[in-house]
Amino acid sequence: MASMRDIKRRKSSIQGTQQITKAMKLVSTVKLQRARASAERSKDYFTCMYDTVNSILRRVGNIEHRYLTAGNSAKKAVIVITSNRGLAGGYNSNVTKLVTKHPEWKKEDVQLYCLGNKGRETFARYGYEIKECDNDIVESPTYGDAAALSAKLLEAFAAGEIGEIYLAYTRFRNTVSHIPTLLRLLPVEVSQEEEEAHSGKEAAAIMNFEPEDSEALDMLIPKYVTSLIYGALRESVASENGARMQAMDNATSNAEEMISDLTLKYNRARQGSITQELTEIIAGAEALG
Amino acid sequence: MADKNGFLLRIITPDRVFYENQVDMVEFNTTEGEVGILPGHIPMTVIVKPGILCIGEPEGEKLAALHAGFAEILPEGVTILAEVIEWPGEIDEARAVAAKERAEGRLQDKTPDTDIARAETALQRAIVRIQALK
Repeated sequence: MASMRDIKRRKSSIQGTQQITKAMKLVSTVKLQRARASAERSKDYFTCMYDTVNSILRRVGNIEHRYLTAGNSAKKAVIVITSNRGLAGGYNSNVTKLVTKHPEWKKEDVQLYCLGNKGRETFARYGYEIKECDNDIVESPTYGDAAALSAKLLEAFAAGEIGEIYLAYTRFRNTVSHIPTLLRLLPVEVSQEEEEAHSGKEAAAIMNFEPEDSEALDMLIPKYVTSLIYGALRESVASENGARMQAMDNATSNAEEMISDLTLKYNRARQGSITQELTEIIAGAEALG
Repeated sequence: MADKNGFLLRIITPDRVFYENQVDMVEFNTTEGEVGILPGHIPMTVIVKPGILCIGEPEGEKLAALHAGFAEILPEGVTILAEVIEWPGEIDEARAVAAKERAEGRLQDKTPDTDIARAETALQRAIVRIQALK
């Protein structure tokens, strides 16, 4: 049996860890509330933009446009949103797995735009091409940051350097459920089911554009891409804090369990040592008497 | 011909729902010029240019400074997805005046590196902000 001192030392070290995890949990709970509120506020814009662009594309039918057809390049640009710090359970690895475990993508064809340090570290280890990396964006995402990034990507897309643009992020469903999601930004895809559902009632209404169709799409699609990136950033930040809160909650309750186990062992060892001392004293007294 | 109920106007920004109400009319500036929209408009998508947004509510008019975004107009309602929009109460007049002077200065002493498009947008924004305050 371990000595009393060893058990005591181990116990106090676990107690120290527990205090840290508890504090981290509290911090991420507060951050989660803030991030969730802002994610919900921007969600309206996000979904509205998605619906609007989809309905516009349905109305215009099959028009030829450079943002609606895949480029010739096999290269795929993938924006990966992860966190800067770890200790968030499976949050970061779930997102990076979307890219590394993708059945059809070859490593050479993927160009990464990493937002968040953890994703960059993982992909650098796997040997992916990291085109750009910005770790500050995820701390406090602003619309301007998203606009700058989308402008850069659209430029590369227009120049034919990349053929497709994807976005890998974590969708925030609720506090305990976060879904890693891979979304294609460009070329814009109109989802099939919706198309069927809408084709009946909306076929009569034809959308007019001011200015011309293609010119309007030229202006709309950058806004669309920006808003999707921005929405994804907001949701990812909320998911990160949710994931960290859960992970730290688990860690705290594990520590609790270990401490109670060690307390029991410690008390047993203490009792054992008292019994032993008593036996020794009695034996000594008897030998003298 | 306007019907009695007006139409639903929704103005959404990346951070909040800016405005949502039944209105009689809405006016704003687009790339093709100023437009005024009454109920029952034909479906149309327009790109917003910096300008004053005027909302015609049954009780009176409301103004806001609208800088960028686009609007989807349908017979039953109008959705404006605004990247930047402010109520007059949210505008910092001193800052807008300073920004106007700065932009004008940049446009006057042009150097080859001056980003003219950017300076012009900044100037337009500042002018709209100042207008909205009046």
